[in-house]
Amino acid sequence: MSVLAAKDITMQFGGLTAVDKFNLNLEPHELVGLIGPNGAGKTTIFNMLTGVYVPTSGDIVLSGESIIKKSTHDIVKLGASRTFQNIRLFKDLTAIENIKIAYHNFIDYNLIQGMFRTKKFWTEEKKAQDECMKLLDIFNMGGYANTLAKNLPYGQQRRLEIARALASEPKVLMLDEPAAGMNPNETAELMETIHFIREKFDITILLIEHDMKLVMGICERIVVVDYGKTIAEGTPDEIKNNPEVIRAYLGD
Amino acid sequence: MDKNKRRAYIINTIAIVTLYLAFFILIQTKTMNKYFIGIAILTCIMIIMAMSLNIVAGFLGEMALGHAGFMAIGAYSSASFSIALFNSGIILPDLVVLILAMIVGGMVAGIFGILIGTPTLRLRGDYLGIVTIGFSEIIRIFFINFQPTGGAAGLKGITKLVNFNNVYWITIVIAILIFTFGRSKHGRAIISIREDEIASESAGVPTTRYKVLAFSLAAFFAGLGGALYAHYIAFLEPSKFNFMFSIEMFVIVVLGGLGSLTGSIISAIVLTTLPEMLRGFAQYRLLVYSLVLIIMMIFRPQGIFGRTEFSLTGAIDLLILRKNTKKSVDGGKS
Amino acid sequence: MNLFLQQVINGLNVGSIYALIAIGYTMVYGIIKLINFAHGEIMMFGAYFAFIAATSFQMPVWAILLLVMTIMAIIGVAIEFVAYRPLRNAPRLSALITAIGVSLFLQNLALLIFKPEPKIMPKLFPEMTFSVGGIDISSTTLIIIGLSLVFMVLLDLYIRKTKQGRAMRAVSEDKDAAILMGVNVNRTISLTFALGSALGALGGILYSVAYIQIYPTMGVMPGLKAFIAAVLGGIGIVPGAMLGGFIIGMVETLTKAYLSTTWADAIVFGILIIVLLFKPTGILGKNTREKV
Repeated sequence: MSVLAAKDITMQFGGLTAVDKFNLNLEPHELVGLIGPNGAGKTTIFNMLTGVYVPTSGDIVLSGESIIKKSTHDIVKLGASRTFQNIRLFKDLTAIENIKIAYHNFIDYNLIQGMFRTKKFWTEEKKAQDECMKLLDIFNMGGYANTLAKNLPYGQQRRLEIARALASEPKVLMLDEPAAGMNPNETAELMETIHFIREKFDITILLIEHDMKLVMGICERIVVVDYGKTIAEGTPDEIKNNPEVIRAYLGD
Repeated sequence: MDKNKRRAYIINTIAIVTLYLAFFILIQTKTMNKYFIGIAILTCIMIIMAMSLNIVAGFLGEMALGHAGFMAIGAYSSASFSIALFNSGIILPDLVVLILAMIVGGMVAGIFGILIGTPTLRLRGDYLGIVTIGFSEIIRIFFINFQPTGGAAGLKGITKLVNFNNVYWITIVIAILIFTFGRSKHGRAIISIREDEIASESAGVPTTRYKVLAFSLAAFFAGLGGALYAHYIAFLEPSKFNFMFSIEMFVIVVLGGLGSLTGSIISAIVLTTLPEMLRGFAQYRLLVYSLVLIIMMIFRPQGIFGRTEFSLTGAIDLLILRKNTKKSVDGGKS
Repeated sequence: MNLFLQQVINGLNVGSIYALIAIGYTMVYGIIKLINFAHGEIMMFGAYFAFIAATSFQMPVWAILLLVMTIMAIIGVAIEFVAYRPLRNAPRLSALITAIGVSLFLQNLALLIFKPEPKIMPKLFPEMTFSVGGIDISSTTLIIIGLSLVFMVLLDLYIRKTKQGRAMRAVSEDKDAAILMGVNVNRTISLTFALGSALGALGGILYSVAYIQIYPTMGVMPGLKAFIAAVLGGIGIVPGAMLGGFIIGMVETLTKAYLSTTWADAIVFGILIIVLLFKPTGILGKNTREKV
């Protein structure tokens, strides 16, 4: 059974069809790459899968439930979380606070308990602190826990964003161009991280990327879109030799 | 609780009690006359107003320019309640009546916060600001026309229940509650909306619900402030709660630093007492006030404290112990 | 029916003044995203200067208009230079507080110079009454509406047809790109303040002619209403400000005439709220959404 399935989703902006009857099935534990030239509709697909846009038509099913017209935060609860192309951290908050915000739904006390700091508040906050620290440690960022997000080095910011996305305990993690702006060393490190988190958290990962080396290197399956349509799908080797793909990338 | 936190608790408690004792002695020995006690009480009320406004303006980061409206609702509803209570012949201790009236004022204002907040929070920035002005003006015009609460002539016959003793401790309690709120998961969620609403939603925070929470909680505390005001001045006039009064509160918050609660407290104290101190130069005082405002913003646009909190323990470490304490990033835990 | 038409003309009268003032708000907002709270005080000072020119110097009307508009344009530019320019890259709320500070400063300055007692504006325009089909229209009303319309058309032509007007539109569209294209941003912003303040001053003069009294806080309420007009029409859009001004003036006049005098302002605000809830960026505003 697939974790996330998009059925014929279409997105129109005015007269422009950005995504046209796109289909996608993500199996548990899969690592899938979504590639395509600039403006092919990749980010639009992401935005539909995470509830930022409501598709003009089609259906999206996440862990057995349709998420059309569900709000983004409900989709996160159902098990899909994401990162952004242009990192969107809570810049003026510390690394650990960034994680705690995404851990929000697992912290169980109400407004009154929080304001009067009952015992429940302290135990739950302690639990949150420990769990979020654990997550930072997994990313070797424990030492940065109390650093403001905006003061972190670029690579660390990317990792913090991934860690934050994992704090909501998703089944599917969607990474929007995680290697953007990284040098080859950082990219190599990122590839390791992505592999590592899939094993560690046993999740499905969908990844949009421009860096071919990264996609070809780690994805088991690649979906290629152009002009809002799927033009090819298959293993990295199949994609490499697909004439349609070569044409889309290099032009006629 | 670790050692540092315990130390901060002790130091802050000592400071709060000492300050109270200082006022107590000044009042008992008549060093402080009625006029200055009055200013102290109004300052306490303005502290509550500024801190509550900071929940929306500082934590949530939205421009709310209609805080006077919620204060008016709290003032009028609590006053109507206490008047009705006295007329019904039920005799209760003053403090109990005051607290009941405050709860009524806070609740009614909070409910209006939800009613007004739910539709308007879809708007952003300046548009939200102008709509909050609109609602607050509508509330004011309502009270001008509403005869049961005296209309334009004002509401008379409110029993004076507020004195320095009770307002001081009530302000302390409210201040602590707003502090703890800011450091709870709810406060964190609201701050994350200010930082980046889209990221916040993507992190699983139900942003709309939290916006309404921030809005109604701010209205609730404003209602408490209004109730205190009503039972101190003992006379309510709709014109008091005009647009300029909202602006005045907003100025206090921005000058103290958006998101800094200690900043709001200090700014409320300075901006409420300063014009009173300048009474001797009555003609020039508002001129000076506005110039201070302009110069302050040009040279320190982020306000006195920016987003950080003033920490008493940190200040003591710096001043007395001369320790090289690093300024903690999320502000002191005081 | 006649009464109604009479009220419509009154509405146009007030509306055209609001429109003139609203243009100043909208132009400044369009170019530096600042709600210029001091704009109401510009109109107040404009009214006072016109009063002085008319009573102490017995100047002719055209000279009064020309002189006062020029003086207020210069003052507007000076305010921007002293108070707003240093904050151009500061958080927007700080600039807003500064604008509030300037507004308070000007109000209290006027209080010191002119004293709180209201002054009576002399009749600047020839008094005549025309009867058209049973409706009485005073020459003052006609002149107010006419002058407002003439200046609005001139401004619109200026913004659309001249090089400086194009520069203004460019800066409000994208400041950085405008700099790269060689637009002198500082000069364009100054020019915007000059034009906005001149129209605001004209609005102030016409307002005081229509309502006779001049006092230091006279700018607050019409300023707020003109600002609402600008938001209603879609802030930053000049035709929107004109449209908003006429709508607010009309609604206010008709409510006062047919519903209630005391509720009129509440109804104006109510309409603003309802419009914004359905059209969050005003009547002519474009809906922009953040790119993810």
